[in-house]
Amino acid sequence: MIKTEALTVRLDGTPVVQDVDLDVAEGEWVTVIGPNGAGKSTALRAIGGLLPFSGTVRLNGVPVDRMHRRDRARAVATVVQSPVVPPGMLVFDYVLLGRTPYIAPLGRESEADLAVADEVLAALDLAPFAGRRLETLSGGERQRVFLARALAQGAGILLLDEPTSALDIGHQQEVLELVDRLRTERGLTVLATMHDLTTAGEYADRMLLLAAGRVVAAGRPAQVLTEEILAEHYRVKVRVIAGDHGPLVLPIRT
Amino acid sequence: MISPAGRGPAGRKPGSRQPADRDPGSRKPAGLRPVWLAAAVLSLLAAVIAGLALGSVRLPPAGVAVELLDLLPGVHLNSGLSEREAAILTELRLPRVVLGLLVGAMLALAGAAYQGAFRNPLADPHLLGVAAGAGLGVTAMIVLGAEVTAQGAVPAAAFAGALCAVALTWLLGAAGGRDRSPAALILAGVAVSSFLSAVQTYLLQRHVDSLQQVYSWLLGRLGTAGWRDVLVVLPYALVTAVIVLSRRRELDVLTVGDAEARSLGLHPQRSRYLLIIAASLGTAAAVSVSGLIGFVGIIVPHTIRLLTGPSYRSLLPLSLLFGAAFLVLTDLLARTAGGAAEIPIGVVTAFLGAPFFILVLRTSRAVQT
Repeated sequence: MIKTEALTVRLDGTPVVQDVDLDVAEGEWVTVIGPNGAGKSTALRAIGGLLPFSGTVRLNGVPVDRMHRRDRARAVATVVQSPVVPPGMLVFDYVLLGRTPYIAPLGRESEADLAVADEVLAALDLAPFAGRRLETLSGGERQRVFLARALAQGAGILLLDEPTSALDIGHQQEVLELVDRLRTERGLTVLATMHDLTTAGEYADRMLLLAAGRVVAAGRPAQVLTEEILAEHYRVKVRVIAGDHGPLVLPIRT
Repeated sequence: MISPAGRGPAGRKPGSRQPADRDPGSRKPAGLRPVWLAAAVLSLLAAVIAGLALGSVRLPPAGVAVELLDLLPGVHLNSGLSEREAAILTELRLPRVVLGLLVGAMLALAGAAYQGAFRNPLADPHLLGVAAGAGLGVTAMIVLGAEVTAQGAVPAAAFAGALCAVALTWLLGAAGGRDRSPAALILAGVAVSSFLSAVQTYLLQRHVDSLQQVYSWLLGRLGTAGWRDVLVVLPYALVTAVIVLSRRRELDVLTVGDAEARSLGLHPQRSRYLLIIAASLGTAAAVSVSGLIGFVGIIVPHTIRLLTGPSYRSLLPLSLLFGAAFLVLTDLLARTAGGAAEIPIGVVTAFLGAPFFILVLRTSRAVQT
């Protein structure tokens, strides 16, 4: 469960996110959309406790800035926009890094930690890749490994920053279906940022449109993805057609 | 929704699975493999025996080994060495070899730790200017301070110089803004090194009376090593080794970068400061007894990376052991290859290290920040 009140983030003195109120219920999927530079990633990082902010951010009712960093890492897992791929690291070892908040500072992985890594790799069909070097995997496979590390953290809240931006449409769908399945199976709360509006609308329960750091529209996908709202904030002409799982947004040449 | 104790995927507690759930043949986490540990210990022993047996006076290796065992408390063996040979062994060669072990272990370990802490494959005690800082610290103490009677103070002066140098390099390397490329840091290190060397030269020019004392130290002092030097370095080396080795998993986490390391519950800056301070302490201890010996921190860790993979859990202990063996063998080369005159050991390591550095430069990929 995520709840923010008047969340404001300043980077080098400039307010990048301003007065954002956000409420994500347990097990819900909320996606933040907005033009480039609207503050989506910054808001996500602040909610993950990785940036200083003003206002309040509560994860499962606890203010994130008052959590110990290890407790925070057990409550919320983040997949950043383009995760670092450490040269030479094996997939299994990479996924095990997700167990860091459970391992004493000078300790080592327990059998239970290894078992969690095994289980996550199996659940994401990654077991055959366990002994491969991460850098040798394709984009879609890597994205699943990034997700696996986040799941190994055992956190109930998953923050995904542009989880599909590096993927073709087939792999986009595959990864988002996977997230949706895991959300249902494991009762995860998902907060994501995305650029592709149609895809974003098909998977999100609710959406939040940020423009210049402020919330300008919020609600179900059909309430946010309207021709008027998108024209105003993206400066684009679009046609919105009703689809089976949400509105289909088509950009049109003016 | 979830307790601070955390829970595993699918709502299970992480501890609810029993160890028996894993197949015996399933994958082990990256770490020190026994076969590599054995190889490192064996090469260390071989290097020690070779370092003790070879030289202007040749001693039988078997006799050397027995004489070493005889030194152990409670063991009494007859090595068959003459009294003179035994004296050469224990009074001349043994302190030199032990000091070489300590210096090599510290330089290689510090190199590996710097590479992890800066996430920079080119980091090395010398290229970062740390050694020059330590050198200036010692020079300043010899020149300005009173006598060098207080031998224990030499590593402390070296440590102060080393910390100032690494801080300066870091600040200058970051001055280019967020784009903290590996090359920028090393260029800053080179600049800091030159600057500190210039200050050192100036100090020497102004105090010609101490010139000889400083130069004999600068050119490497393994040749004049005695048990006193060993005792001076040992405590610093132990502290460095304990701190750096205990942080080996943290260094693996740091490879994903600060932002992600933080999201995994680490305090990246705190880990980094501690590692840099510990590595600088080890460098200072090494420099304060051996003078300037370059490239060990590049050659040893990178060779081990090629052989055993990038995990710091194997890299750090193996760097310590192989670094020790490497320096003893290099010292052996330095005192035997040149005929009657010893070649300074720093010349030998630079001869081997410079081409190696070019190789690393060409093969290392740009580090993302």
